[in-house]
This record gives sequence, structure tokens and C-alpha cells, in this order.
Amino acid sequence: MDELEAIKVTFFQECEELLADLEGGLLAMQDGNDDGDTVNAVFRAVHSIKGGAGAFGLEPLVRFAHVFETLLDALRSNEIPGTPDLTALLLRASDVLADHVSAARGLGVVDMDVSAAMAAELKIATDPNAAPAAAAPVAEAPQYVDAAPIVIGADDGMDDDDLGFDFQPMTITLDAQAADAAVLDGDVWTVSIRPKSDLYRKANETALLLRELSRLGPIQATLDDSALPALEFIDPEAAYVTWSVRVETEQGEEAIREVFEFVDGDCDLEITRGEAPVADVLASLLDIAAPAPAPEAAPVAVEIPAEAPPVSAVGPAAEAAPLAAPMPVSAPAPAAPPVAANAPAPAAAKPAQIDVPGPGQSVIRVDPERIDRLIDLVGELVINQAMLAQRVGEYGIAPSSNLAMGLDELEQLTREIQDSVMAIRAQPVKSVFQRMPRLVREVANMTGKQARLVMDGENTEVDKTVIERLSDPITHMLRNAIDHGLESPEERKAAGKNPEGVVRLAALHRSGRIVIEVQDDGKGINRERVHSIAVKKGLISPDLTLTDEEIDNLIFLPGFSTADKISDVSGRGVGMDVVKRSVQALGGRISITSRPGLGSTFTLSLPLTLAVLDGMVVDVAGETLVIPLACIVESLRPKAEEIRPLGPVGSVLAVRDSFVPLIDVGLTLNYRDRSPPPTEGVVLLVEGEDGSRAALVADAIHGQRQVVIKSLEQNYQQVEGVAAATILGDGRVALILDVDAVINLRRRGPPPPSDPTLIAAE
Amino acid sequence: MTEPTITSSNETRELISFRVGEQEYCVDIMAVREIRGWSPATTLPQSPAYMRGVINLRGAVLPIMDLAARIGMPTTEPNVRSVFIVVQAGDRTVGLLVDAVSDILSITDDMCQPTPDIACENVRHFVRGIISIEGRMISEISLDRLLPEREALAA
Amino acid sequence: MTRTVLTVDDSRTMRDMLRMALAGAGFNVVEAVDGEHGLEVLSAHRPDVIITDINMPKLDGFGFIEAVRVDDDYRAIPILVLTTESDPSKKQRAREAGATGWIVKPFNPEKLVEAIRRVAA
Repeated sequence: MDELEAIKVTFFQECEELLADLEGGLLAMQDGNDDGDTVNAVFRAVHSIKGGAGAFGLEPLVRFAHVFETLLDALRSNEIPGTPDLTALLLRASDVLADHVSAARGLGVVDMDVSAAMAAELKIATDPNAAPAAAAPVAEAPQYVDAAPIVIGADDGMDDDDLGFDFQPMTITLDAQAADAAVLDGDVWTVSIRPKSDLYRKANETALLLRELSRLGPIQATLDDSALPALEFIDPEAAYVTWSVRVETEQGEEAIREVFEFVDGDCDLEITRGEAPVADVLASLLDIAAPAPAPEAAPVAVEIPAEAPPVSAVGPAAEAAPLAAPMPVSAPAPAAPPVAANAPAPAAAKPAQIDVPGPGQSVIRVDPERIDRLIDLVGELVINQAMLAQRVGEYGIAPSSNLAMGLDELEQLTREIQDSVMAIRAQPVKSVFQRMPRLVREVANMTGKQARLVMDGENTEVDKTVIERLSDPITHMLRNAIDHGLESPEERKAAGKNPEGVVRLAALHRSGRIVIEVQDDGKGINRERVHSIAVKKGLISPDLTLTDEEIDNLIFLPGFSTADKISDVSGRGVGMDVVKRSVQALGGRISITSRPGLGSTFTLSLPLTLAVLDGMVVDVAGETLVIPLACIVESLRPKAEEIRPLGPVGSVLAVRDSFVPLIDVGLTLNYRDRSPPPTEGVVLLVEGEDGSRAALVADAIHGQRQVVIKSLEQNYQQVEGVAAATILGDGRVALILDVDAVINLRRRGPPPPSDPTLIAAE
Repeated sequence: MTEPTITSSNETRELISFRVGEQEYCVDIMAVREIRGWSPATTLPQSPAYMRGVINLRGAVLPIMDLAARIGMPTTEPNVRSVFIVVQAGDRTVGLLVDAVSDILSITDDMCQPTPDIACENVRHFVRGIISIEGRMISEISLDRLLPEREALAA
Repeated sequence: MTRTVLTVDDSRTMRDMLRMALAGAGFNVVEAVDGEHGLEVLSAHRPDVIITDINMPKLDGFGFIEAVRVDDDYRAIPILVLTTESDPSKKQRAREAGATGWIVKPFNPEKLVEAIRRVAA
């Protein structure tokens, strides 16, 4: 059943969202940031998961969710107090729930022991005094409940877990009941119905009840309106009439009662076996109801054939129908269509028109591959449009001509299309962030640390291409922060800190890039040790003097690991060097700053998209290069007096009050052996990731352009100093400059020729 | 196209042969995507001398390797007859700059001899074997060794 | 004439399930994601029957039913609430708020359609 499968997919998508809501709510409770509605939202999340799971018969999930839900219900109705311990329990329970969801999805298995133990904990938290009650299904192992809740249900957790609530995915149908009923040939029943006004207030209708009765067999209804007051005394909202219905059915009393299920309590109902002469019924009723002097009180008999078309009298204006005198009921409208349920075949049923109104409610689900394809095509369009523009330029067509102006508009449109298409693919980083609280809990557990994760900027949006690449580095940075950054609770106490460490994960946009920060309030980097390890491993030369920052960043060198023993968490064969490389492969950068005793901060920055880039096109030694606009502070033509030599070969540029190192791009990239005087070229003042500035010298500027990023790695490999490539309007490949790498290249040579520091890493 | 003279049950393979300097080399035709005339490449900085740069191949960035330089001979000076042979090497596509394409050969494995020991290290590294056909000596290039391992940049 | 059913549920899965069952039976389905939204959709679509969940953000099922019942334009519309077996008190509260009938989750399509038939004119 394809449609059901599709809904199942939706269900699991929704589960992801609900689990995230659940966790988010619980974390807010943990931080004391919850408002009154948080606990309700948390409850709803679990409730909805249970509801959907029930629909798909996902029994273990339903059972666990039920126990969880019961506790949350108790919490939200203030039957039990919210405490930090309880919140911690709920958070762990949410992890188990997530495991159940994954298992139901076929992704992994649930540790039944863990699940059963958690369920037991939840039950005890729900009602600490109810252990005996909870123990009912645990009859074979009651000692577990009394003693440690952690070890309940050794092998068969889910069965022990069964509290005895019945959650059956299938409800019993009418037919089944009919079959169960004793066969009563030609049974005749008399049903007397005296509706109360509540029945109508709830939009139930006597006419519909009669129609339902008529489905059981031929009926004959008699109306007694003797209780009806004179018109001027009628309360339009009150009920005055009484029905006596003779039903001929084999389906028994239960089936008749079932018809009145919804009006139970809203009418006086009497069901008696056998014929009841109208007069008798009337007499009995007259005993009850005060006799009214209405002369027209003669009973009106209404015959409704078993196959009668439904009575179609109820409209918004018709709520007064039952008391609007005897008339309306006697008219089984022949034109009324049968209720769709009786439609002969599903084939006849038109697919329902799906209508989700309201602003922001409509959602189109699209295969991501289609969007990727669209983005690729738009990329080609951008290149083609640029090529066209260049050709037109080459033919010397005046910029004011219609052709040139049309091309300008085309460029505008192309750009807008590109932006719009990219926006489709943009996603908040939330989808990555929401996996992290669990990671933090697990890593903290494994390492014996106490850690609290604080997240910020979850709604920061980036292109899908980047989102997918964020998860790994964030995971590593968090692991590292907890495993290596945070101290043990004892150490923290000794240092006068809160035993619980805080790890902060934040996302923000900064100069056209996304920046991810992972900050811990741990001990900071032990620079002496890092330095000595780097020397011992031959990564740096022993007599080299490094700044604190340089020492901190030694941890990114390949083969560097500061852990005394390879811990279970960080030492899974993946060091920070690998993280750094994978980040750099994306045109990203990662660095660390540390303050001894106060903690460390990892900073990761990536472009917002890996598809397009705004760049400045420049000429350097006959090559065309693109410099990311995001790095450029300003461009200027230097005057001779602003250029000051510094040292044997270097020179700096005086920009206002500061001096900025001059870097000849052509020289740095080995396009040429010696740099021409900077005064003959153009200077682009750029800012590196770490905030350091440099003045890049190029020969000429061609202007700004949005370029489509093409990978060099796909067919070759990374090239130092080059972030990626693109294809320009003339169809040729131009390289996109990696500004930070160029600054670094320049810093360490060739002139000055040797700097053993970081070259050793290569 | 030369008809193969089948002398054994070995399967027939087709090779494209080309000239590099005065020597003849070949690659398996199954690895060849296309052959293109010379067009100037964009220089890659910080790269070995045998990397001539990159070109735009229908929207993809294609690295161009000077085959002569790669196997240790003097670099090729491209002229009008120079071509790129676009080949698939592992998961990468790369253009090999050669002097001219000469032939398509059908060979059987028994026509292929191991590379003689006397050859220099470079040659032994990049040459799978030597094919003797009609008095010509053609060396078959081992494509998977041509491109350097992808190395990410540390530092 | 196709009957229109308004389903009010914050769970997309449940809305989809309801839609599948109802559409299969030939109903026109309109959806709302919570009680507040339900009231908006109500005025735009004038459904013949309303099916609502109880636990929802913004305006829950009880509040939604009460709001419908005090509106002269809509109070005659039958409302079915989605309840669970384990929650008899909710059913009672829903009835007090003015629910016409109820559907026990998880429901099967026949049962759902039958419940609608019982309350729909």
C-alpha cells in the first residue's frame, strides 16, 4: 500500500522533528528557560509519536512512548514536581525513545535491557508509591522493582515492560459485534428516546439516530410531542419530544445501544424486547412527562424503510429542527445522496481534494536531486550568460544599445534565479545541531565528565551542500572539547569551578561565511605539553619560539594526539588534523584559541554555499584569478610614499595609521620570480580568517563577478593557495584564490627561505 | 586498424597509441573518453612541472598532464598537432598532453612483454609493459599510477 | 455533493492518515494544524464534519470545540474527537465541551467513516 508507506515516511520525518522538539523542550527545562507551555509541548511530542506509532502497529515504540507519556502527563498536571533529576531522567528517556524510533525505522536496534530499565525508572518516577501496582505484570520478577530499577527485565524487556494497558491497533468493527450477538430471529425491539437539550447542543440529531436504527432493520417511529409547550413558551434550545421506535433486527441489543453511543447521557433511553403497543408506550411516557394540553398531540407515525436514504435536514439553520413541531422529521428527503461510506466501490470515489489553507502552511515536497540538478543548470546558465556578455563586448557593441541593455537585464535575471534557487536549498543548521545534545550526554557519560551543552544560532541558514559537511567537524570538536577540554568533576571542584562544565555550540554568519564555534570552560590547552609533544614527534624543531596561538594550533598537525591514552571517545583514529583537512577541502578553516584554566574555543568557518561565490576578477602575471569578495576590505592604488621596505625583501603598505604586509600574489604563487613595483599594480586590502590584514598586489582588476565554484579536487587535488576553480566568460578556467593560504604562504617563505615550523607538517 | 593475428586464446584488447617525443606509448581504449586538440591551460601554482594546468571540459575542471614530463623526459612544447587524450584514471578524469595520436591497435596479452629491468625507475613505475607489433615498440601506460595520490594540505 | 471534513491535528502523520482514509471514502478534506488554525479554516471552508485531536499547541481540542459551539454559524457542525483508549477522562471532557462523538486512536478507515456517517446529516 503505497500511500500508507508514504505516510510512514512522513511519520518518521515527523518523529525526527518531534524528537528534536522533545529534546529542545527538555533542555530548556534543564536550563530553567521553560515557560508554562514547554512541558505541554514536550508531552505533545511524545504523545504524537505514540499516536503515529499506534497507527502503524509499532508495538515496542508505542509501549515505551506510553510509559514516557504517562510520566510527562503527571508532570504537566503537577502531580509530581519537576526537579533537575527528573529532567535528566527525561532527557535520557528521550534518547531511548529516539532509539526506539530508529529501530522502528529499521535503522539499528534497541537495547531491550536499557529500554526496560528506563521504562521501569519512568514508572517509578511517575508514581513512587505504586510499585506494587506497577509490579503486576512483573509478577515473575517483583524483586527488580523493589530493588534497583536499573536491572529490570533481563532478557525480555518489552514484555516485562508491559504495564497491562491495552493498546490495540485495530478496533472492533460493527460487523464483528453483529456476529458475536446471539442470533435472534425476527427480533422486535422497542426503543424509546427522550433527548435532552444537551444532545442537540453537541450537534447530535434524533433524525440521524433514527436513520442509524433503520440500518439495523425496518423501523417504525412514533413521535410524542405532548410535552411541547405552546409556541410562545418554547425554548428554542430545549428538547421536548419523545420518540418510540419499533425496530425489527436480528442484531441484538448491543447493536442498538451502539447507535446511541455518542448520545449516552444526553437522552433517556429505554430498550425493551418485543412489541410495545403505541398506546402503551404513550401511556408510559405520559406518566413521565407532564401532560400538555396541546390538542394536536396526536402521535405522528413515521415509517422509515430500511434502505432509506439518509435524512438530510441538518444545516446550520436546522438545529431547531427537532422541536420545530412534528413536521420536519416526516420527510425523508429523497434527493439526498447517500453518505459516501455507502458508495458502491472505492473506484467511484474521487480522490479528495487536498486543501491546506492558511499562509505559510503549504509545503511542497521535492526530491532534493531535482533541486541539485536545477542548481547545476543555473550554474551553467550563469557561465553561459557571462560568455555571451563577453562576446558582445568583443564585438564593440555600445553599452547603451538595446542588445547590451537586454543582456544586462538577462544578467540581473540570471542572478535572481540563482539566488532564488540557492534559497530553496538553504537550511537552518538546526538539523545538525539537534543531534548534538545526545552526543554530548553520551561522551560525557563515557568520559566521566559532567557537561551541559548550550546552543546558539540554530536557525542560521546555509546551503545544503555545507550543512551535510558540518556534522563531522562539529562532532569532533564537541568530542574534543569534552574529552580533552573539560576537567573531571573533581578537578573542577578543586579548581573552584562548577563540577558541570559548559560547552557552547554556536552558529553565526560572518562576512559571507558561516562560523561555528565550540567553546568549553575547561582547563585550556597545556601549551608546555603540546610543545614538548610536537618536538618529541619531530613536528617542530626544538629551538623554535612559537607564539601561544601557534602552539595551540599545533594540535592540528598530522599525527598529533595529546591524550595520554587513546580514549574511547576522541581517539578513534581520527585526529584534529583530519578534521582540519576535511574542513580545508571545503574552503573552510578551523582554528583554536585557548586561555589556560578558562577553556578553549574552536572556530570553524565555511562558505555559505559550495556552489557560487562573489569574487573580484584580477590579472596576475598574465593569469586571471578570482579573489573572494568576502575577504576584500578595499582596493586601492598605492602611492610610492605609502610603501615602506621592511627587512631584506619585505615591504609594508601604510594604510591610514597601520602598516600592512604587502604580498605580491604572482610571486607568492610562483607565477613570476620577482615582483614589479607595487605602484604599477592594484592593491587589494584583504582580511584573513583570524582578522589579520594583508595587501595583495595584483596587476589589474577586471571587476566583480559571481562565479560558479568548481572543484579542483574532483579530478586532481587541492592546490595550496587555491580555494577552487571557476569557469569565466571566455570559457577558460580561472582559479579562486585562497586568501588565508596566500598570506600563510607568504609568511613562511620562500623569502625568507626557510621556516621549519609548519612545513614539517607536509 | 590492424587486424590481430590471434595466436592464443587470449582476449583481444584495443589500445590507442600516440607519440611522445620520438617514442610510442599507448593506453587501453576503454579508459579513453575523448581526444581533443590543444587549447591553452590555466596554470596551477605550487604544482609539479608535469602539471600543465587545468582546462574547461564542458563545465568540469580537467587537469592536464604533460606525459613526457611525467615519465621524466623533457617537457612537451605544444604545437598545432598536440592533443589531449582525456582518460579515466581511477575516479578522476585527466587530460594527457601528447605529441600526436598514431593508431588504434588490437592486441592479445601474449603480445605484451614485461618492462625490461634496465629501464629507469620512472619508466618502470608508469609502464605496464611493452608491446611489440609490426616491428614497433609501444609502451603501455599504467594509468592508475599517473596521478599523484590526492594529498590534502596540512598546515 | 461531496462532503467536506475538516481535520484538526498537530501531527502531520495523523493528518495524512485521516486524509488517506477520508479521501478513499470520497470526502473532501481540509486540514488545520491546531485549534486556532482550525477556527480560521472553519470560516473559509464550512465543513460538514470536524475531526479534532485534543492535545495541540495554541488552542487545544477542548478549547476548539468550545469555540465552535459558541459560534451561531458553526455550532451545528458535528465534531468528532480523536481519543485514545487509555484516556476516558479526556473523552468526558471533550463531550462536556460539546463534542458530538469520538474516534478511538488508532482507528481503522471503516470505523472512521462509520463514525462520520453516524453524525453527518
